[in-house]
Amino acid sequence: MRRSRLMLNVRLGIKNLRLHKLRSFLTMLGVVFGVSSVIAMLAVGEGASKEALEQIRKLGSNNIIVRSVKPVKEQIREVRTRMSIYGLLYEDMERIAGSFSAVRRIVPAKLVRQEGRLGARTLELRVVGTTPEWFDLVRRPLVAGRVMTSTDNGQRRGVVVLTEHGARRLLATEGTIGQPVRIGGGIFEVIGIVQSESGFGGDIQTPDQDVDAYIPLEVARERFGDIFTQRTAGARIRERVELHQLIAEVATLEEVEATAAGIESLLMRFHGKQDYRVSVPLALLRQAEATKRTFNIVLGSIAAISLLVGGIGIMNIMLASVTERTREIGIRRAVGAKKKQIVGQFLIETVVLSTTGGLIGIGIGLLVPWLITSFAGMPTVVKPGSLVLSLGISMTVGILFGIYPAFRAADLDPIEALRHE
Amino acid sequence: MKTTAAGATCAEACLREVCKVYRMGDQEVPALRGVSVEFDPGSFWAVMGPSGSGKSTLLNILGCLDRPTSGRYLLQGDDVGALDDDTLSELRLRRLGFVFQSFNLIPQLTVEENIQLPLYYLGWEPEKSIERARELAAKFDLADRVGHRPTELSGGQQQRVAIARALANDPSIILADEPTGNVDSRMGGEIMQIISELNRSGKTIIMVTHEPHIAAFARQRLYMKDGAVEHIEEGR
Repeated sequence: MRRSRLMLNVRLGIKNLRLHKLRSFLTMLGVVFGVSSVIAMLAVGEGASKEALEQIRKLGSNNIIVRSVKPVKEQIREVRTRMSIYGLLYEDMERIAGSFSAVRRIVPAKLVRQEGRLGARTLELRVVGTTPEWFDLVRRPLVAGRVMTSTDNGQRRGVVVLTEHGARRLLATEGTIGQPVRIGGGIFEVIGIVQSESGFGGDIQTPDQDVDAYIPLEVARERFGDIFTQRTAGARIRERVELHQLIAEVATLEEVEATAAGIESLLMRFHGKQDYRVSVPLALLRQAEATKRTFNIVLGSIAAISLLVGGIGIMNIMLASVTERTREIGIRRAVGAKKKQIVGQFLIETVVLSTTGGLIGIGIGLLVPWLITSFAGMPTVVKPGSLVLSLGISMTVGILFGIYPAFRAADLDPIEALRHE
Repeated sequence: MKTTAAGATCAEACLREVCKVYRMGDQEVPALRGVSVEFDPGSFWAVMGPSGSGKSTLLNILGCLDRPTSGRYLLQGDDVGALDDDTLSELRLRRLGFVFQSFNLIPQLTVEENIQLPLYYLGWEPEKSIERARELAAKFDLADRVGHRPTELSGGQQQRVAIARALANDPSIILADEPTGNVDSRMGGEIMQIISELNRSGKTIIMVTHEPHIAAFARQRLYMKDGAVEHIEEGR
């Protein structure tokens, strides 16, 4: 019975609001914009966090990635046949492993561009000369066969692990494991296939790519050496790079950033030039949080201002409505309505108004993240909880700004109200 | 509801030395100066007097819309002056029915919904309340008007809706303020027939009017002057 009374009140509220459709709609607009901003804000924030977490998962949250970078100065005074020497050294690996107790494992990678060939099929590969720990640090599911072992490395076996993508392109439909693939003049036996996760997160690239071919580091040193020749338009650039990448795994998440800073200063001391870059996947989370914060401030302010202005608008209209309906209030009081029933009637009307605004706002709020994703390319995630929250906010606005007009209505003197023209 | 022992000697509505003073700025304007009247159950009163004589104030106090400044108003055993706002609402809801000069129907509600208004505040089930409203509408020849808005009706019809509303909660006292003031004389006669009929069925009627031929329907006439009872006239 209480429920049917509430429904009657709500129906009465809707009826009164429908008497002034345009007025009611305009009054709702503030809440509409406020609520849609809240939803957009939460969706962008959630999207940024989700993307960051996804990236961190791909990159390994406890990893520190150090890459060789050609120093800018070197490029400027480059002479035709001069060889530029830069990048990480084999020694760096020992130094880092020896200096930081927090570093549990460290994996080197030597990267060489080579063409892979099997029969008539060819594929431009990124040959990664590394150690078996690679597969522990860059965790990717094994699709077939096995990964590299320390025996492969120690005995300098000509074995290769391909990615799923590479295997599909090179091996096609033929039997996979055990195939001899020709890479840069040597024959390598395919021992396993892993999945790959290429992608960027902010300015950090995943350590693996689609076209990777993993071979033992010692084999890579032996076959390809440390000197690379690149042919660009008219020029021949010779570079000497020992290692292209080091991935250090830190024991605990808390030590990641401090260790990264330590590695940075250690390398600085020995290299004397900025020919490396230390990046931390964990930093992505910070970036995402910063993005989230910016959006929260911008959209949060829009939402707060819209809701405030919307609430004031609602209060204004309800005060006008109370004045217009003074006589009705007098009649209801004379018939026997208690003050709290008058308060209830007007409060329900305000809440119906603001909640309707909230529902329209949710409709628009669902559209906004979709537009942000399709035009700005930012990921967005609309959580059901944010819809519930928005509805709650719009109801709260209705109650908050409806209380004063409702009490004004209830406190009218019934005799005066009945006499009101 | 609270009851007080003071009502033992008063069955319906009694005013005992009731004064009402309005405060206008720092001036005190007396509207009633010690009015004492006993309204018996089933009586039919007309309250008459020039404007400013205190008729309306008297009716407001009788209708529990206002409290006496001093003196006592006993309504079926309850001392109205001592009750709080919610209890006054409760008294209006359960014991009183109002009929106004200007009908005072709610324009956005239909005839049926207007009649149901007291039942809504009494917390009746919607089905029962609609049934009761239709019954009353039929009684006052409004059966084909239940879905209309008050503004679509004639003055006489609107006043009949107002009477139906006043009766919906089955009160024992009907308070009427110039019930024929806004309808033509033929319609006025009809309204008075209805009110007389209500009195015959047992309702106490207290009606404010300034028209002698309307007052003639009542069995007691109370003449007011300057906030006091001038004299009381018995019989038709």
